[in-house]
Amino acid sequence: MKLAEIKEILQAEILTTEFDPELDIEIGCSSDLMSDILAFAQPGSVLVTSLINVQVINTANIADIKVVCFVMDKDPHQSIITHAEKNSIAVLKTKFTTFECCGLLYMNGLKSCNYTKFDNFKTYII
Amino acid sequence: MNNLIHETSKIQEITYELKIQDVMDTEYQTVNSGMAVGSLREVLRKKRILGVPVVDGTDLVGIVSIEDFIKCMENGKLGETVGTMMTMDVKTLFADEPLITAVNKFEEYGFSRFPVISRQTGKLVGIITKIDIIKGILKKLETAYQHEEERRYRASHIFNDIVADDISIDLKYFIEGKNFDKAGEASTGLKKTLNRLGFPPDIVRRVTISTYEAEINIVSYTDKGEIHAFIDSNQIRIVVTDTGPGILDIEKAMLPGFSTAPGWVRELGFGAGMGLPNIKKFTDKMTLESVVGEGTRLETVVFLDSNKNKL
Repeated sequence: MKLAEIKEILQAEILTTEFDPELDIEIGCSSDLMSDILAFAQPGSVLVTSLINVQVINTANIADIKVVCFVMDKDPHQSIITHAEKNSIAVLKTKFTTFECCGLLYMNGLKSCNYTKFDNFKTYII
Repeated sequence: MNNLIHETSKIQEITYELKIQDVMDTEYQTVNSGMAVGSLREVLRKKRILGVPVVDGTDLVGIVSIEDFIKCMENGKLGETVGTMMTMDVKTLFADEPLITAVNKFEEYGFSRFPVISRQTGKLVGIITKIDIIKGILKKLETAYQHEEERRYRASHIFNDIVADDISIDLKYFIEGKNFDKAGEASTGLKKTLNRLGFPPDIVRRVTISTYEAEINIVSYTDKGEIHAFIDSNQIRIVVTDTGPGILDIEKAMLPGFSTAPGWVRELGFGAGMGLPNIKKFTDKMTLESVVGEGTRLETVVFLDSNKNKL
C-alpha cells in the first residue's frame, strides 16, 4: 500500500515536510507502549499511536519505522515535528481513534506485524 | 572500458524506468487549423520552435512543421490556412509509456517531435522532442550520481583502508539522568554512525534497539551514566554503566512484565517491564551486574554473523 493511500484512508493531515506518497508500506503496528513497538514492529511499518512525545519519534527511528500517525486529532508540539523531519520520518495526524485507524487499515489490506509472546510474561502489581 | 559499459547500461535502464510524462514538455504551444500560414511563421519564430501541434477545441487534429511552411512558401500558398497543409495522420505517444518507446519511435520515423496523448482522455497533454529525452536522462543520471556520492561519503571503507591486523572503534556517549527530552540522543547518534560505517540494517537495528532501551533505563532510574560502544570487524559490544541506585533483584528485573518504573516513565510509553527482556531478545550475549547503592553495568554483544539477524 502506498503512503498516499494510507493518508486517504485515514483522511489524515501531513504535518512534516517529509512525505513520499510513493513509499510502500505493507505492515502496520499500533501501541502506546514504545517497548512493544521496539520488540515487535517490522522495519518499514506505519506506527499508529495516541502517545505523543519525542520518544515516539526516537522509537520509530530506532525501529526503522518511516511513518508515524497520531490519532484523535492530537497536535504534536513543533519540536516533535522538527525532530521527525531531521530523522526523515513522516508524521500524520487523523481524527480517527486508534481502534478506527487500525480497523480501516486492516480492512484495506495492511498486514499486522508478527508477534511472539515473551516467555514467562506476567503483569505484576507492586 | 568497463565504466563505459556500465554507463551505457545505466542509460538503457533509465529509458525503461522513466515514463514519457516524466520528461515531456507540458508548456507547449498549439495553433488552430483556421490560422493563416503566414501567421504560423510568427508563432514558430517567437517560440523558437520547429513544429507545433494543431488543436481545434481540445482535439488534436494535425501537426505542422517548419518544412511544411517552407513548402508553402515555395508554392506561394502563404495565404492558405494551416488546416490545408498540416499533416493529419499524426503519430502520437501515450504519456504513460516508457521513455524507450519514444526513443524507438524517433528512430523509426525520423521525426523531430511527437505529440503526447493521455491514454485515459485521449487528449493532448504534452510534446516530446529529442532534447527533452536527453534532458530527462541527464537529470536522472545526476540524481543517481548524488546517491553514489552519498554512498561514498559513508565511512564503510575505513575497515578496508586501514592497515592493521584488526580494527576496533570505541565510541562513548554520556547520558543525563531524568532528562527525558534528551533520552535517545546517544542511541540515535550511534545508529547514524553504524549506518555510515556500512553495517547491515538488521545489525544496526538490533544494536540500537537494545542500546535505546538501556539508555531509557539510565534516564528513568539514575542520575547519570555512560554508553560505550566497541565496534570490531566481527562484533559490536556495548557496555552501559551508571552510578545509580542499583538493581535489588536482577533475576526479578529480567522477568518480562516486571517493572519498578515510576508513573512519569510509564506515561512516556516505557516502564512496562519490557526493557531488559527486549535487550536480551535483540542481542547475542547479555551480562547484567549491579550493586545496590553503587551502580549497574550492562554488557551486550551482537555478532555480525549471528543467526538472530533473520529476526
